[in-house]
Amino acid sequence: MIEVKNVNKSFGDNHVLKEFNATFEPGRVNLIIGQSGSGKSVLTKCIVGLMEIDGGQILFDGNDFSKMNRLERKEIRKEIGMLFQGSALFDSLTVEENIMFPLTMFTKMSKKEMLDRANFCLERVNLEGRNKLYPAECSGGMQKRIAIARAIAMNPKYLFCDEPNSGLDPSTSIVIDNLIKEITYEYNMTTIVITHDMNSVIEIGDSIVFVYGGRSWWYGNKEDIIKTDNPEINDFVYASQFMKNLKNKLKQEGM
Amino acid sequence: MSYINSIGKYFGMLRYVFSRPERLKVYHTRTFNEIEIIGLNSIGIVAILSVFIGAVISMQTAANMTSPLLPKYTIGYITRSSTILEFSPTIISLILAGKVGSNIASEIGTMKVTEQIDALEIMGVNSLSFLILPKTIAAMFFFPFLIIFSMGLSLVGGYVAVTATGLSSHEEYVFGIRSFFLVSDITYALFKTVCFAFIIVTVSSFFGYYTKGGALDVGKSSTQAVVWSSICILLTNFILTQLILL
Repeated sequence: MIEVKNVNKSFGDNHVLKEFNATFEPGRVNLIIGQSGSGKSVLTKCIVGLMEIDGGQILFDGNDFSKMNRLERKEIRKEIGMLFQGSALFDSLTVEENIMFPLTMFTKMSKKEMLDRANFCLERVNLEGRNKLYPAECSGGMQKRIAIARAIAMNPKYLFCDEPNSGLDPSTSIVIDNLIKEITYEYNMTTIVITHDMNSVIEIGDSIVFVYGGRSWWYGNKEDIIKTDNPEINDFVYASQFMKNLKNKLKQEGM
Repeated sequence: MSYINSIGKYFGMLRYVFSRPERLKVYHTRTFNEIEIIGLNSIGIVAILSVFIGAVISMQTAANMTSPLLPKYTIGYITRSSTILEFSPTIISLILAGKVGSNIASEIGTMKVTEQIDALEIMGVNSLSFLILPKTIAAMFFFPFLIIFSMGLSLVGGYVAVTATGLSSHEEYVFGIRSFFLVSDITYALFKTVCFAFIIVTVSSFFGYYTKGGALDVGKSSTQAVVWSSICILLTNFILTQLILL
């Protein structure tokens, strides 16, 4: 479980996170949603330690990450898998080498064991046999799936996904969403997904935090978000006139 | 003030670069790969430059020897001294700062803006050490060989130029390059080269690693890497000459 307690983060005069609170539970897909510039990515970078917080606590299973030294953080990070917005695969390595990379660095597995693990991860994301391709030879959807395979190679306890559907068509997005959902349930991971994509919210949102103005503005799940009367949420979810009309119509019909 | 910040940041970076590696075996492999990328791939340009530098030095020396009192072997002597003391270690290092430095800065800068460095950090890898240490060791190990190779080719270039144009005979040139030879000149040149190799890799990596933004900024970092590596090489050259030769 990851708990974020009263976290503050500023860049000069720009106060990006203000007394932010949230709890992300294991075995569930926890979504962080919000408008562009609301502080979602900064929050994720603070949780994984790529940015230092100005105040508050970030607890990984009760251990305060923000107070840990470099070596203690390193140990926690070995249990973190992260899917970046742009996949962040290593260009100079093949698909197989990308997946084997964390295993090479942190385990004493033999080459064969690492290869077996890489093949298993590739099968898990439906990319068996693509071992020798380079990232540049793969489509955007394939790159995301390879990044997921790399993220799960070390059997992480925590999985972070930064806009996993950006730049993907709707059908590929659903494939990625379902994959994230399946591996979360299968390995009982604490998964945190940052997204703008309302399809994802409805599809996989077991637990949702809405970030507004740097604060944790609203909590709920995929059923709650459709029914809520919170004006900020409604402005975000039903952004277009078409969606607003649809919501009003459904309301009039008592649905 | 920002220059002082940058210098502090640079030395802060070096502390992490030289911290204990996670997996020595991986670092060995990477170092050998870097020897190929940084060193072996530079042999061609070093060879071409060295031959022509040697040829031009010998011909210019011959052209400026107007006094009949100066013996002809002076051409070989001056070519050897200029090549060993200055042209091979310094000029070739400046060229390598352009070739290798821009390559390193753009490689690391691109990894930075495409979040590959963040990916390394999230995995728990010390990205500074993982990316920069193998390059530094490779350059400090291989550049001295490149410079010895360059010295040899410069002398050959000088020989071909003066003998083919009749400015000096074979015997006079060879006598000149063997006259008043000091082994300490070679030691000094190689010591300088190792220092320059360190500067080229670490300064270029510094600009690459702290790139912010996108493709345009990677280009800017690459340019800054070459400019600052060159300035640092020239300053270091001045200081080392003062300290060691004078």
